[in-house]
Amino acid sequence: MERSEDTESSGDGIDRLITYLTIFVLAIFVGFEVITKVPPTLHTPLMSGSNAISGITIIGAILAGVAGDVSGREFLAGGLAFAAAALAMINVVGGFAVTNRMLQMFRKKDRA
Amino acid sequence: MPGVSSLPVAVSAVRFSGVSIDTWCNLAYLVASVLFILGLKGLGHPKRAVRGNWLGALGMALAIGVTLWKLYTYNRMPLFWAVLVGMGVGSLVGWLLAVRVKMTGMPQMVALLNGFGGLASVLVAGADVATSLQPSLQGNIAVALSGLIGAVTFTGSVLAYAKLEEYKFLKKLAALPGKQVFNVVCGAVAIALSVWLVVESQTRDHPEQYDYIYTILCVVSAVLGVGLVLPIGGADMPVVIALLNSYSGLAAAATGFVIDNDVLIIAGALVGASGIILTQIMCKAMNRSLMNVLLGLMDSGGSAADADSVYAGKIKSTTADEIAMICDGARRVVIVPGYGLAVAQAQHAVRELTSVLEARGTEVLFAIHPVAGRMPGHMNVLLAEAEIPYDKLKEMDEINPQFAETDVAIVIGANDVVNPVARIDPKSPIAGMPILDVDKARTVIMVKRSLSPGFAGIPNPLFAADNCLMYFADGKQAVLDIVTAIKSG
Repeated sequence: MERSEDTESSGDGIDRLITYLTIFVLAIFVGFEVITKVPPTLHTPLMSGSNAISGITIIGAILAGVAGDVSGREFLAGGLAFAAAALAMINVVGGFAVTNRMLQMFRKKDRA
Repeated sequence: MPGVSSLPVAVSAVRFSGVSIDTWCNLAYLVASVLFILGLKGLGHPKRAVRGNWLGALGMALAIGVTLWKLYTYNRMPLFWAVLVGMGVGSLVGWLLAVRVKMTGMPQMVALLNGFGGLASVLVAGADVATSLQPSLQGNIAVALSGLIGAVTFTGSVLAYAKLEEYKFLKKLAALPGKQVFNVVCGAVAIALSVWLVVESQTRDHPEQYDYIYTILCVVSAVLGVGLVLPIGGADMPVVIALLNSYSGLAAAATGFVIDNDVLIIAGALVGASGIILTQIMCKAMNRSLMNVLLGLMDSGGSAADADSVYAGKIKSTTADEIAMICDGARRVVIVPGYGLAVAQAQHAVRELTSVLEARGTEVLFAIHPVAGRMPGHMNVLLAEAEIPYDKLKEMDEINPQFAETDVAIVIGANDVVNPVARIDPKSPIAGMPILDVDKARTVIMVKRSLSPGFAGIPNPLFAADNCLMYFADGKQAVLDIVTAIKSG
């Protein structure tokens, strides 16, 4: 009984890692396929748009310090979470807004 | 304990409609990932691009919303408020920065925003370090990677920002000797610290040192970030920014491995791939390897032609009136924009020139070299801001064959990208770099303030060519004067 539980929990860890690595590799392939179709004319919005998406770190910031034992380190955890959340949101909001501004300029204007 | 995750990962016990919050979150993350991919696909064409950006933003909002909800269920209100207030402050700052930046400041802004994302990764991994001890090997490797890559991205991006803003103190720093050795040493130390961190996490000999190792790792990585970007020249910044963009994605993915979050892994991978592709495109366009760019190498000299022997007696300077006469009756005019156009803020004047020429029946096209400007697509954005229709902007491979049938090529603020030396001299710093074949046009007009060289620091024999005229003036004023001359002619 014990032995199978032991291998189960360590097997879990490796299996979980392999699953995530699989997702990671597939996502990279998807990324390559999608990005190579972006024309050079849109490369600057691509940079700022993908930069905005990298602000997904905000998810980590929101959950930062939630897991595990916070006792005695509330202030540190709160401070780090605050700072990480602020920085990540600058990245996200700034990134999407800047991309939107640039893309608006690429719309064909109605010729008078 | 059997059945319980051995990773200190946020697992909520709360259930909603009979399904655990975590399941709702993962479902939302899946939808968000799909929205990110659709968003990036939208960037495949200007028509779909705006909607694509909104889809990406929607995906982000969904992921954030559901995660905030999850945080709320933990009932740790001080932490919840700290996060919420932080998000509010960050959103406001980001919004203000975005709406107030000038189009010419776009490259800098992208660099800066990227840097903030990197720092966020460092702090998230730091929070994990501060509040829990990851027992797993992969968790700790991921923590080390988050810190390392995140810190390098942060300082590298901030330095790229400073270089683009052309802060003066950088010149002194860049002149320091032994830069490459310094980088190698820093890199070695960073890797050693990462290994120590991981080993310490597994052996648990001195658990109290764990936090310090992480902190020092981040500091050393930050220094490395500065050292890596410092030797690289201003005109190579497009490559650096694309690369740093990729790093911030990889840092986010690493953080995803730390907290077992697949939307971080997917989004990070998408961004990482995007940055690497752009980097590759840039390097190919300059015909230099990435190593070459990162080490700040510029093969010097070649057949050491000095400016005098190239130019002496062959420079023909011209006036706005003469240019107006040459353009009179021209069937096709191709305008070649360069970084100088951005600096002179001449894009609106160029728009006027285009209108005035088109009113007289001339076809006006724009030749965009892949590395013109300070960022990939920089010229396109500038010209789009001036409301020049994007179908007039032609890529190098498309427009090069058409120069032979072009009456007038007007080069504004570009130099190296039209330098024929790239074709002829294999020892030149720009040897083999694909260039715009403006010398094949009937007449070439170079709008420049002086005969000063471009980034490559070499003379441009195009200036001395028979069919080339130099118009020595500031970009914006020059174009406005030409417009006036054409109108009155």
